[in-house]
Amino acid sequence: MQHPPDFKKERRAYLVGFVIALGLTLLPFWAVAAPWASRSLIIWAIAVCAVIQILAQFRYFLHINLSRQKREDLQLILFATLIVIIMMAGTIWIMANLAMRMM
Amino acid sequence: MTAQTSSHPGMNLGDHHGEAHRTAETLVFGFWVFLMSDLIIFGLMFATYVTMLNPMGMAGGPGPKDLFDLNSAFIQTMLLLTSSFTFGMASLALRHEQGKGPLILWLIVTLCLGLAFLGFELSDFSKMLAAGATPARSGFLSAFFGLVPLHGLHVTAGLIWLIIMLIQIGTLGLVSPVKTRLLRLGLFWHFLDIIWIGIFSVVYLWGLA
Repeated sequence: MQHPPDFKKERRAYLVGFVIALGLTLLPFWAVAAPWASRSLIIWAIAVCAVIQILAQFRYFLHINLSRQKREDLQLILFATLIVIIMMAGTIWIMANLAMRMM
Repeated sequence: MTAQTSSHPGMNLGDHHGEAHRTAETLVFGFWVFLMSDLIIFGLMFATYVTMLNPMGMAGGPGPKDLFDLNSAFIQTMLLLTSSFTFGMASLALRHEQGKGPLILWLIVTLCLGLAFLGFELSDFSKMLAAGATPARSGFLSAFFGLVPLHGLHVTAGLIWLIIMLIQIGTLGLVSPVKTRLLRLGLFWHFLDIIWIGIFSVVYLWGLA
């Protein structure tokens, strides 16, 4: 029976994750509500904020990190991500190409 | 966690939980297999939505700028993000054996936030349907009503699961199966908030930018 690690430290980690997620949510909503740049730049900002927030939530809420993991679990997550990227990118690529040819 | 090695991704109960911690490894691994197959379903719904996001897909019907309300999307985002954080607090109360009180309190806060999220989402849908933006109007709207309510259904399932867990905490107490179920519900809930990041970015923000 070992005593669990510091409760306050773990609560602080959740709070850090929450503040990061909050910032990365407010920034793109603010950019859309009060556009301060061109549309394409704002769309890039939305995409970058979303990707960083997804990684932050994986890190702080789901406790996924690259060290001290059981390898097969990490492989499952990475392989599923690879499949999703191949299928999404492939679908969008093919359908956009088809749409362009039908114009 | 940071100080000790994890036996599975996600919140670990820790060695001091004995049996519940030992059985969690296989149970949580199985649940991650489900979550990742769910991710693939959502990924393809997103891909379908993006391919419909053009004048041909909208078929002369209403587009994102005619339909979506930024304020409502923002409120829903805040509610779901906060509920993900409050579930994290519930998980910590479970892991650190703070007793039933804090655990039940945080779970009930999560339940209320989830219900409020669903309320705003359903009100958005009913406004869209009343304006004639039904799934049958265009390919774009079919894809929208395939993607966003699918997430809403997941949230509904999560809330029903949460209510069942509250009942089980009351009737069975914090026994090992109840602890590992709460662990898996936590993963499910955080996963749904991660899917919502994709929805508010791709559907609402991109649509309204």
